[in-house]
Amino acid sequence: MVVRCKSVGGVITPNNRARTMRNKTSIARLVALLGAAFVTCVHAEVNVGVTLSATGPAASLGIPEKNTVALLPTSIAGQKVNYLILDDASDTTTAVKNTRKLLAENKVDVLIGSTITPNSLAMIDVAAEAETPMIAMAASARIIEPMDGKRYWVFKTPQNDAQMATAIVEHMLNNNVRTVAYIGFADAYGEGWWNEFSKIAEARKIQIVANERFNRSDTSVTGQVLKVLAARPDAVLIGGAGTPAALPQKSLKEKGYKGIMYQTHGVANTDFLRVCGKDCEGTFLPAGPVLVAAQLPDSNPIKKAALEYVNKYEEAHGRGSVSTFGAHAWDAGKLLGNAIPEALKKAQPGTPEFRKALRDALEKTRNLTAAHGVFNMSPQDHLGFDQRARVMVKIEGGNWKLVQ
Amino acid sequence: MDLQIALLLGQDGITNGAIYALLALALVLVFAVTRVIFIPQGEFVAFGALTLASLQAGKLPGTVWLLLAMGTLIAVIESSLALRERRFREIPLLLMVNCGAPLLLAGTLFAISPASLPLPVQVLLALMLVVPLGPMIYRLAYQPVAEASVLVLLIVSVAMHVTLIGIGLLFFGAEGSRTPPFTDVTFEIGDALLQGQTILVMVASVLLIVALYFFFERTIYGKALRATAMNRTGARLMGISGNLAGMLSFTLAAAIGAFSGILISPLTTIYYDSGFLIGLKGFVGAIIGGLASYPVAAAGAILVGLLESYSSFHASAFKEVIVFTLIIPVLLWRSLTTRHVEEG
Repeated sequence: MVVRCKSVGGVITPNNRARTMRNKTSIARLVALLGAAFVTCVHAEVNVGVTLSATGPAASLGIPEKNTVALLPTSIAGQKVNYLILDDASDTTTAVKNTRKLLAENKVDVLIGSTITPNSLAMIDVAAEAETPMIAMAASARIIEPMDGKRYWVFKTPQNDAQMATAIVEHMLNNNVRTVAYIGFADAYGEGWWNEFSKIAEARKIQIVANERFNRSDTSVTGQVLKVLAARPDAVLIGGAGTPAALPQKSLKEKGYKGIMYQTHGVANTDFLRVCGKDCEGTFLPAGPVLVAAQLPDSNPIKKAALEYVNKYEEAHGRGSVSTFGAHAWDAGKLLGNAIPEALKKAQPGTPEFRKALRDALEKTRNLTAAHGVFNMSPQDHLGFDQRARVMVKIEGGNWKLVQ
Repeated sequence: MDLQIALLLGQDGITNGAIYALLALALVLVFAVTRVIFIPQGEFVAFGALTLASLQAGKLPGTVWLLLAMGTLIAVIESSLALRERRFREIPLLLMVNCGAPLLLAGTLFAISPASLPLPVQVLLALMLVVPLGPMIYRLAYQPVAEASVLVLLIVSVAMHVTLIGIGLLFFGAEGSRTPPFTDVTFEIGDALLQGQTILVMVASVLLIVALYFFFERTIYGKALRATAMNRTGARLMGISGNLAGMLSFTLAAAIGAFSGILISPLTTIYYDSGFLIGLKGFVGAIIGGLASYPVAAAGAILVGLLESYSSFHASAFKEVIVFTLIIPVLLWRSLTTRHVEEG
């Protein structure tokens, strides 16, 4: 505890020490200072280390998350909570470096981050080594599965891709889609979706007739689109995140594609609607309920929790500025708000005992309603979302519309 | 792959190739005149497109602030130099050009609402905001080290690139923008649709290349640039200022970059960092031309565009791999056929 009080450590420099030798009153003053500092240190503060991708390719996800962390409560159960935010520039090495810095220099009690899957996967080793709980804001199920000694310390808030892919496949079956083409990012996001989606679709007897990749920075996807069109699918699923996912959709429309189009929850922000415009009318996507919070029925417990976040965010950043990505950070805050009071009963912040108690408390999260769903964690499931954590959404009139 | 698909892919490849060709020409020009490998070339593409998009969205583009800041910085540097050398009469002109003009432009933007202007005026405004950044960057970053080795200049380029990307994120945000097409005309050839915008890109590229040709062949400034490219010392002995040549080539590069950005922003979504990859493909073209030959660079860039288009059809996941692997045989062939001359 005392270790973290820098005001004490900083006073005794060789120079100062020499001077105090000469001047006895200075010694007395120093002792008084030490005493005062010790008193303030008895109430240790909870330090939350956050690393997220506020710049680089994942910036459109990381920026709302960063804004959301600023809205999280600074006091939980009477204990002051500090958030130390670092930017990892969507880079895996930087994410690991940030994590080590937060653990070694700031002695954080819990880690939040990172925004994207590769960064979060790399952080697992570091967090487990320091025996510090970590809450990831990235989507891939691999972050918490298969459960092992390292993932013992790791939790996450976004829905698994598989959950979202199941929702799409169900919607396809209900709409008599027999053949489907896939165009996804040529990176971890697109590959992850392809793996989940192709597995589930084949199990449900939907035939996949084309599988194409494109890059986030591509200026043209004509080749891929022509290949998809040649396969004549009933529906196309575009596995991309943010505004880049609009490019294949616009190209498909331009070339006269008439079938059903699906996007993933990665596109759920207002910029996507702005860039895609009328070409995205009628597109379906699965998303966290926070996207259409106001349209949820009053009986849904998530409505209140989601609206609380939406209102808070829009109050600070303007109407229509909210995105589902920031809500993952909000949910991480919710988890902490629920677990920290439990952990405080067992140990003081800044100790290994506190970190262990916090981890245990996170794992015991039951029926916690957050912006994206209801958390019910278990030793095997460190996400704990059920079907309530996703809804199907249709783009209608340039807006998100809940599909009943 | 039937004929129709082949034609569509070819059309797409030539459209993108035309943009890469413009950038390749700018890269060759800058390298020939100043020995700078101009990595930030792509950033001008993004800045041009995004500045136009912000104007159309009725927002004040962040490039205004960059222009003001860099103008002020240059004015301070130049004025202090003039003061030290007692050239007092030049100071008002310096202030007027570097601070006055950007301020006037910013004032105009504040006074009128750019969103309601006709498209050509918006394009002109966007160019006026972005193009001066070229010579300003030369004055601030390259002119002080103009005599340094190619490697030092390359390192400065990398630094400029990283700085401009960061500034771009700050100004335009992480999400991309698309501008409305200049024309909605479409032509039907067989059952393939040919978009007016695609034709516009090709025509504009060709016109720009022809204009560049006449600039270099017919005007005194063009000839001065060519002279500097051929022999820097010789040109200086003939009274051609190296600094002027540098500024001029950077102005042209910035203009070509910004104009390319404006041309393709209706065809694709442009992000604050999209420019780099587009510039890099232009660079592959420029490498094919040995960073010296304009026609070969342009042809190489078209080849890059076509290769990209056809490989996106056949093996979309490996598209970039295929395009950038092209550099290896080209470099091999280049190094085997040309005699290497050490930089003096």
